[in-house]
Amino acid sequence: MLLRHTSKEITERSALTINPAKTCQPIGAMYAALGIHGCLPHSHGSQGCCAYHRSALTRHYKEPVMAATSSFTEGASVFGGQANLVQAIDNIFTIYEPEVIAVHTTCLSETIGDDIPQITRKAEADGKIPKGKYVIHVNTPSYVGTHVTGFANMTKAMVDYFSESTGQKIDQINIVPGYVEPSDMEEVKRLAEMMGVRVVMFPDTSKVLNRPQTGKYEMFPAGGVTVEALKTTGDSLATIGLGTLASGPAARALDTKCGVPCEILDLPIGFKATDRFVDTLRKTLGITVPESLNEERGQLLDIVTDMHQYFYGKKVALAGDPDHLIALTEFLVSIDMWPIHIVTGASGKKFESRIRQIMKDSPYPINIKAPGDLFLLHQWIKNEPVDLLMGNTYMKYIARDEDIPLVRMGFPILDRIGHSYFPTVGYRGGMRLLEKILDAMLDRQDRDSPEESFELVM
Amino acid sequence: MKALNKNLPLETEQIDPQKVKQELLKKYPTKVARKRAKQIIVNKVSDGQEMPEIGANTRTIPGIITQRGCTYAGCKGVIMGPTRDIVNITHGPIGCGFYSWLTRRNQTRADGPEDDNFMTYCFSTDMQEENIVFGGEKKLRAAIQEAYDIFKPKAISIFSTCPVGLIGDDVHSVAREMKEKLGINIFGFSCEGYKGVSQSAGHHIANNGIFKNVVGLNDNVKEGKYKINLLGEYNIGGDGFEIDRILNDCEITVVSTFSGNSTYDQFANAHTADLNTIMCHRSINYVAEMLETKFGIPWIKINFIGAQATAKSLRKIANYFENEELKQRVEEVIAREITEVIKVRDEVRARCEGKVAMLFVGGSRAHHYQELFKEIGMKTISAGYEFAHRDDYEGREVLPSIKIDADSRNIEELEIHPDPERFRPRKTDEQLKKLQDEGFRFKDYDGMMREMSDRSLVIDDISQYESEQLIEIYKPAIFCAGIKEKYAIQKKGIPMKQLHSYDSGGPYAGFRGAINFYQEIDRMVNSQVWKHIKAPWQESPELAAKYACD
Ligand code: SF4
Ligand code: SF4
Repeated sequence: MLLRHTSKEITERSALTINPAKTCQPIGAMYAALGIHGCLPHSHGSQGCCAYHRSALTRHYKEPVMAATSSFTEGASVFGGQANLVQAIDNIFTIYEPEVIAVHTTCLSETIGDDIPQITRKAEADGKIPKGKYVIHVNTPSYVGTHVTGFANMTKAMVDYFSESTGQKIDQINIVPGYVEPSDMEEVKRLAEMMGVRVVMFPDTSKVLNRPQTGKYEMFPAGGVTVEALKTTGDSLATIGLGTLASGPAARALDTKCGVPCEILDLPIGFKATDRFVDTLRKTLGITVPESLNEERGQLLDIVTDMHQYFYGKKVALAGDPDHLIALTEFLVSIDMWPIHIVTGASGKKFESRIRQIMKDSPYPINIKAPGDLFLLHQWIKNEPVDLLMGNTYMKYIARDEDIPLVRMGFPILDRIGHSYFPTVGYRGGMRLLEKILDAMLDRQDRDSPEESFELVM
Repeated sequence: MKALNKNLPLETEQIDPQKVKQELLKKYPTKVARKRAKQIIVNKVSDGQEMPEIGANTRTIPGIITQRGCTYAGCKGVIMGPTRDIVNITHGPIGCGFYSWLTRRNQTRADGPEDDNFMTYCFSTDMQEENIVFGGEKKLRAAIQEAYDIFKPKAISIFSTCPVGLIGDDVHSVAREMKEKLGINIFGFSCEGYKGVSQSAGHHIANNGIFKNVVGLNDNVKEGKYKINLLGEYNIGGDGFEIDRILNDCEITVVSTFSGNSTYDQFANAHTADLNTIMCHRSINYVAEMLETKFGIPWIKINFIGAQATAKSLRKIANYFENEELKQRVEEVIAREITEVIKVRDEVRARCEGKVAMLFVGGSRAHHYQELFKEIGMKTISAGYEFAHRDDYEGREVLPSIKIDADSRNIEELEIHPDPERFRPRKTDEQLKKLQDEGFRFKDYDGMMREMSDRSLVIDDISQYESEQLIEIYKPAIFCAGIKEKYAIQKKGIPMKQLHSYDSGGPYAGFRGAINFYQEIDRMVNSQVWKHIKAPWQESPELAAKYACD
């Protein structure tokens, strides 16, 4: 057994996290910063965090992930990291020539209390920031929140630093896509385009973290939201934030700063949440939904009705980020599957009550823990088995020990490809999710069914 | 120009490395260029020339985009990660523990289904804001208690992350207190990421901790005539399993491995071996020194990367034991294994001969893997370590001349004395002398540079910028580094082999490992997949006149 020490018997823990279902803020900030065109993320702290975050993102995307670090040693940790950051800014602009450096802090620089804006001003005064280039920053102490918090904070920093309102409205809307894959960001843009909506999406990691093999390496590839576009977000007609935790802060900040009204919706996973997204666009902009989109929706529903017998009544265990889990749970419930064990690494009463509300008709008792960990999830599964697991790659250890099929979703996915190219949002994304769920469950049925009832047609 | 590298492609040979060095430095701000100039060396070692001095184990320049990680990573990830039956608790916010969870491919095989294996688990105190503000000792204490209650392990260790040192949590006193209370061995590591300049400091802290807290606690003497410890072998991709297989066939007993596939009891028992063999000089040579001073066990450098190197190392171990039967046995094993190795090697060599490799990784692998490339006729024209020290480049004779700077002074040097009961010289002075007269070398490591040809570029702590420039200039057939470098290199159309984690491959040690590596490199440098990158219309964009419409 891979997780041989995990027992059925559950004891209350108050101090020890075992097999976490979250990671730390800076990686989310780094991911978001990669969604700005021409931006080099910078980790202000000791170099280990930066190395870890780059490695984790690289393994997840199998793409180059560049970021710099202030490389603190003991001296910087005692006296503060001003000299390190000023030198880093100078080096980065001289050697790598980005348009923007997006600085995030780490536990170390947070504990020391480095004042990044003050240091940046110093760098500017010293002439280390070339004209027309930017250094932005965000505080990302990892002893608060999760990687999603870091994403949300960096995304909000984009508003704080760049959004301007000229008083002249532009016929476009802002979409904050949530902590989702580059493929998902692409898909949300495609949906909006199908409806004829002009969109500024930020951050936007498509064409950054799902790049083609061309025989050429570009440190700053074509993708990412440009600074010019970010500046115009203050003049947009509205902002749609997808995912409360990841996108809420930026969307609200735009409202406060520039008076751009915002709608905060669930991630468009599954038809119900996608319907709400599409309908919000329709109502906000007074446009009609094109037939092509109805068709996609219909195809998704066709799979649901054709294969309903395989979904009906199946029990699922989920781990992931709150925004994902809310939308995913709703999708599963809408096709008569029942998530009965749910953990997330983030803490959240609202999350829990939202899930309970979505699950109110569940025929089964449900376990939810926020913050919980994968160790607890595994123990629940041992007590009350499920038909399917959905979550990140670390879930495969549970999947193998308990012999339960796993659909990979969330962060990180270290052992399969696809997430950066094929979305799980929108109607198409829903179809892909159902395909994956069916593949996993039907392969299992094929493996386990007795010879006499082995089915050709399923 | 004097042709030094006969088998190199002409274009490569005509490149002037001094000019390349200037090219690499050109773009840097003056201060940076001055520092990097000391770390970029044109090798010059032939005909008794004086070895150039390289800058190594110095601070990374902020903003440079380095390969390096932190002390915590070296301590918890590299050294203590591969031990399966200790509950390793990261004391800190969640990230550090999360990222070092199962990501290094260090394999382990518990003896039976009932035996402890915690390697698949990640334990963390997941410090929250109030722990940073009011101190985290209370939470740490509670976490240790919970780990004990749930898992009943034989030992628990605690790893400090950056904030822990700053807020002043005393992990060592918590460890002592809980050790007393629970009656199992509990010890802490002050391996905050900012200590030292790279992972290397973390290796040192981990090894010191194991030496202080575990080695010597178990006096049971294992069966076996020829007992060795294998130091600096981490069982990445199963390397250690292959080495164990070969040693086992030679009837050489491994008492303990630091730290691939290891257990707590093996460490506790390490002082009962009769010889220490060192694979990775960087991460562990000081442990060998301490084991010698305290227990009287001599050490030698060996290398199981490369078939020839493996054979040589086995012979060296056999010579140390001065036993004809063992020597005979070793020859039999080598003879048995080498046939297949040579067959594959020659086959692959025919396709790889003359191609060029670059290796920038770790603290010993950038050196060791040159052996394997050499065996298939490939030439390493540029190499460097990520976190090694000068002795790993220039050889141990420079040790006395290495200056101790503020960052190294941070790392505790243990003061070691002979153990009153357990010190036992394994050889008499006469025996040692006889062996040495016969050419046998103890404590020998000549470093990487001596084995590289003149005019090769040796680069310490290479930056992303320098890697890119090197590739543009030399267009090597393969580049070896780590995960962070991998895809930027491959996007340039050049295959990139990870030599930390081996991508998904391995083992590459020993004889079977050599075969695996030859085949892997053959796959990478000779594959057709790199030739499909351009679409037909990108290859030849011109339109055929008859289809063009006016
Ligand atoms: S110190 Fe903080 S920022 Fe760095 S890896 Fe650990 S949790 Fe993340
Ligand atoms: S916080 Fe410190 S210990 Fe943790 S990963 Fe960062 S540098 Fe390493």
